[in-house]
Amino acid sequence: MKPTNIFDPTYFHKVVDCQWACPAHTPVPEYIRLIAQERYTEAYMINWDSNVFPGILGRTCDRPCEPACRRVRTEEKPVAICRLKRVAADNKGDITPYIPRVPKVKNGKRIALIGAGPASLAVARDLLPMGYEVHLFEKDPKGGGMMRTQIPAFRLPAAVLEEEVDLILDMGVTSHFGHEITSFKALLEQGFDAYFVGTGAPRGRDLPDVPGREAADPFIHIGIDWLSSVAFGHTTAISGKVIVLGGGNTAMDCCRTSRRIGAEQVTVVVRSAFDVMKASDWEKEDAMSEGIPIINNRPPKEFVVENGKLKGVLFSCVKPVKDDKGRLTYVPSGEPDVFMPADHVLMAIGQDNHCPWIERDIGIEFDKWDCPVLDKVTLQSTDPRVFFGGDAAFGPENIIWASAHAHQAAISIHLYCQGKDLKTDRPPEGVNLISQKMGMHEWSYDAAHDPSKRHLVPHADKRVSLKDVKMEVELGFDRELGYREAQRCLNCDVQTVFTDNLCIECDACVDICPMDCITFTQNGEEPELRERLTAPALNDTQDLYASGVLKTGRIMVKDEDVCLHCGLCAERCPTNAWDMQKSVIHVPQLGSYAS
Amino acid sequence: MTFVAKPAAHHPRLPRNELGLTRRDYEGSVSTLCAGCGHDSVSAAIVQACAELAIPPHRFAKVSGIGCSSKTPTYFLGKSHGFNSVHGRMPSVTTGANLANRELYCIGISGDGDSASIGMGQFAHIVRRRIDMLYIVDNNGTYGLTKGQFSATNDKGSTSKKGAPNLYEPIDLAGIALQLGATFVGRSFSGDKHQLVPLIKAGLLHRGFAFIDVISPCVAFNNHAGSTKSYEYVRGHRGDVVAADFVPKHHEITADYAPGTREDVMMPDGSLLRLRKLADDYDPHDRVDALAYLQRKQREGEVVTGLLYLDADATDCHKILNTVDAPLNSLAEADLCPGNAALASINGTFR
Ligand SMILES: Cc1cc2nc3c(=O)[nH]c(=O)nc-3n(C[C@H](O)[C@H](O)[C@H](O)COP(=O)(O)OP(=O)(O)OC[C@H]3O[C@@H](n4cnc5c(N)ncnc54)[C@H](O)[C@@H]3O)c2cc1C
Ligand SMILES: Cc1ncc(C[n+]2csc(CCOP(=O)(O)OP(=O)(O)O)c2C)c(N)n1
Ligand code: SF4
Ligand code: SF4
Ligand code: SF4
Ligand SMILES: [Mg+2]
Repeated sequence: MKPTNIFDPTYFHKVVDCQWACPAHTPVPEYIRLIAQERYTEAYMINWDSNVFPGILGRTCDRPCEPACRRVRTEEKPVAICRLKRVAADNKGDITPYIPRVPKVKNGKRIALIGAGPASLAVARDLLPMGYEVHLFEKDPKGGGMMRTQIPAFRLPAAVLEEEVDLILDMGVTSHFGHEITSFKALLEQGFDAYFVGTGAPRGRDLPDVPGREAADPFIHIGIDWLSSVAFGHTTAISGKVIVLGGGNTAMDCCRTSRRIGAEQVTVVVRSAFDVMKASDWEKEDAMSEGIPIINNRPPKEFVVENGKLKGVLFSCVKPVKDDKGRLTYVPSGEPDVFMPADHVLMAIGQDNHCPWIERDIGIEFDKWDCPVLDKVTLQSTDPRVFFGGDAAFGPENIIWASAHAHQAAISIHLYCQGKDLKTDRPPEGVNLISQKMGMHEWSYDAAHDPSKRHLVPHADKRVSLKDVKMEVELGFDRELGYREAQRCLNCDVQTVFTDNLCIECDACVDICPMDCITFTQNGEEPELRERLTAPALNDTQDLYASGVLKTGRIMVKDEDVCLHCGLCAERCPTNAWDMQKSVIHVPQLGSYAS
Repeated sequence: MTFVAKPAAHHPRLPRNELGLTRRDYEGSVSTLCAGCGHDSVSAAIVQACAELAIPPHRFAKVSGIGCSSKTPTYFLGKSHGFNSVHGRMPSVTTGANLANRELYCIGISGDGDSASIGMGQFAHIVRRRIDMLYIVDNNGTYGLTKGQFSATNDKGSTSKKGAPNLYEPIDLAGIALQLGATFVGRSFSGDKHQLVPLIKAGLLHRGFAFIDVISPCVAFNNHAGSTKSYEYVRGHRGDVVAADFVPKHHEITADYAPGTREDVMMPDGSLLRLRKLADDYDPHDRVDALAYLQRKQREGEVVTGLLYLDADATDCHKILNTVDAPLNSLAEADLCPGNAALASINGTFR
């Protein structure tokens, strides 16, 4: 192995598993430490800077950071990163002094944003401090996109949503609500300097070919349309027995909403197996804990209608098998078809991109899935003025991806408007390393390992919450629980930094390391080296940190996989060859309050 | 010293021995020695060896004298019996423990000061008596605990931290152990667990008196240029004579060595000690030659390490004294007091 180049910003960035996994690269351990210090406002601002919607995301994020959390590998359950974000949001003080100032004198460039979902809002936030004139076009009367129309209020209260949406609108967006764009061609003629399309993936899938579909139409509702009509108060009740088709988060929101607005019985029926359902584990748990059964491996075969009224749905029975390539497919299980009575069916089987308002002859190319042809990094379309982000870019994702796209799109728009190259002039990532040593045995972070198990978020009393579609189910951690959960964070951004010419090879670090991370051995090719470490390094997704050649001709190899960042190696090292240094990863971003 | 306690968390795939215990179950409390002290590595080697042997912790007795080295039993085998005795008196306390309970695995930990100065007499006599134990000296050539005076194992001409040379001849404890009849003698280096751990295992299983002289640098007072017990000096002047690999019982034996260079020695518990000769002219079964070799190499400035001497058919003090098989501490009054009739008949023989 070659000695590791720790000044390559990706090296230590990857060690901070949560930050690396977060599409917006939120500096997670940094804000968690601030929560432990009761500095909620600062913790909030760190989040706001990277992910733009901390209060919203602290309740709704898909949290790709949590499965990545090191604690999953050292113990089992990740730190409740997402719910700690909410602690920061719930307890923050006045943030107005920290909001970036927007210049009164504009830079002369006008940008059009289409759709007021999280993607466009975040682009607006990044562009405004740079002096851009930002015009936002939204067909609905209010901003927020699917965060408002889809995510039910029992998961995301309106006040939380509005606070973070309005914060951006009030920075000086020129908004045009109730203004649907019906022709991109016409909009292009208005001569904006750049355009950002953030119109989401608004078309819910249907099952037009299942027998009985047409006859049953009055009793079948497309999940996302139905949820938005609940959100806007057009639908206030559903009666009788409800079957929800689908296994994603829309299905979970549909069933839990039905349960709250009058359904007598709700059942989720999924074509695929339980483990491969798209919904997150916690969403499935929440639905089931509200008494909603989830039935798997049942594709719908027929909508049974009698006398013009839906009677129920007939399902075939399948079982999952692996084909020779190891892929999951479904074959008939041999069990007889199952009939389930129903008065209503909610169809929650996915969404598609759909931009009928973009003419196909104006130079913006679409691929065969009807997604725009984009540069993956710059998000620029085949018309150089036009950028896409959020669900409209690559298909349905989630809010945190919308924020991440927005930061990239804002950088691209800025470079584009300055006449710079979107790739070669793109600001690079950087890393700073700051020693945490304060004196003998004194570190400026809480190095001690806390063995506590993950704390549970308290929920509202079901007897009440199941009757009120607007009542938030999760109560969130209070300050005390938030502190305790924060203590579980391993501070993965406080890195073990090795200086080879200081090491006297005394083995003290090897002996003290509780996780057997460190080995002094002869160099070799990485795969073979992995096998002969103190603890074989079987997790290839985690890097090895290799030093230069030491006096004995050996090298130091550290497996980053399960390091607790406890600092004991540095404590025990007689020569300071190990030091604990905080890595600050600079993720380039336009209009950041931190920059 | 360290104030942050070592977390109980451990590697998810940390191996478990036949008792279901991990290496971490054989640790003690966190060390208060100077960071980088060789003694901590010796403790870690003992932990590893004991865990791998899968001996229940309560079967060990660790006994020590006074010194940084003698403090180390606190830092390993936290669930075992222990006695931190007075300076140089570890051998008598261990003798008592072993005589009372022959089933204990006795580990005596001492320093070069503890054994080669104040405890020299005790050391000599426990070797002679062949107490069934593993005697380890953490040899750093200095009195670490009292801040760096030359010890009796310090080489003549080797300098103190401030540059003053040592004027006296050194005592070679391994040589003395050989001379006084030790049946297992090794020398090793705290910085080489590959060598040290199998030696500790073999020494623990050896029936009789096993002695290992471990060069264990004192980072605070004897790790400078000019010292012959520093990490750098020892690494640069080591000569390994015989490597001893430990093969647990029921283990398939796979590695092949050139004939003549390899010898398997059966240990009392059925495991094998596989000896590999690294120096052609060395025979680990010839006490007199071994002694001569050590002295010759010492003159040349080489630190001879490895398994120096092994008598696989050795016996111990209990055999010499012809004691009963049961541990003496398990004998009840009925076993010990034969009754009036027996006493009368014994008395009769003196009439
Ligand atoms: C039921 C459901 C639950 C979800 N739950 C979560 C969750 O818990 N967590 C999570 O992270 N994500 C969740 N998502 C996904 C998340 O809501 C979306 O990924 C995210 O909102 C996408 O943001 P966006 O800005 O790309 O588009 P959107 O939020 O879809 O916003 C697009 C906006 O554009 C407007 N618009 C569309 N066409 C036009 C036009 N022609 N002219 C003017 N305006 C137009 C729309 O009215 C809308 O306001 C959920 C989605 C659904 C369907
Ligand atoms: C009877 C007695 N005499 C002297 C001392 C002072 N003393 C404490 S430790 C020590 C020397 C220890 O040297 P060594 O055994 O080599 O241990 P190290 O600290 O080097 O590991 C001495 C002389 C004492 N504690 N008791
Ligand atoms: S910080 Fe050092 S001692 Fe602690 S787990 Fe990581 S490598 Fe081991
Ligand atoms: S403790 Fe320090 S000097 Fe000793 S081996 Fe580890 S890094 Fe090297
Ligand atoms: S003084 Fe020397 S022997 Fe004692 S703990 Fe420190 S380094 Fe080890
Ligand atoms: Mg000493």
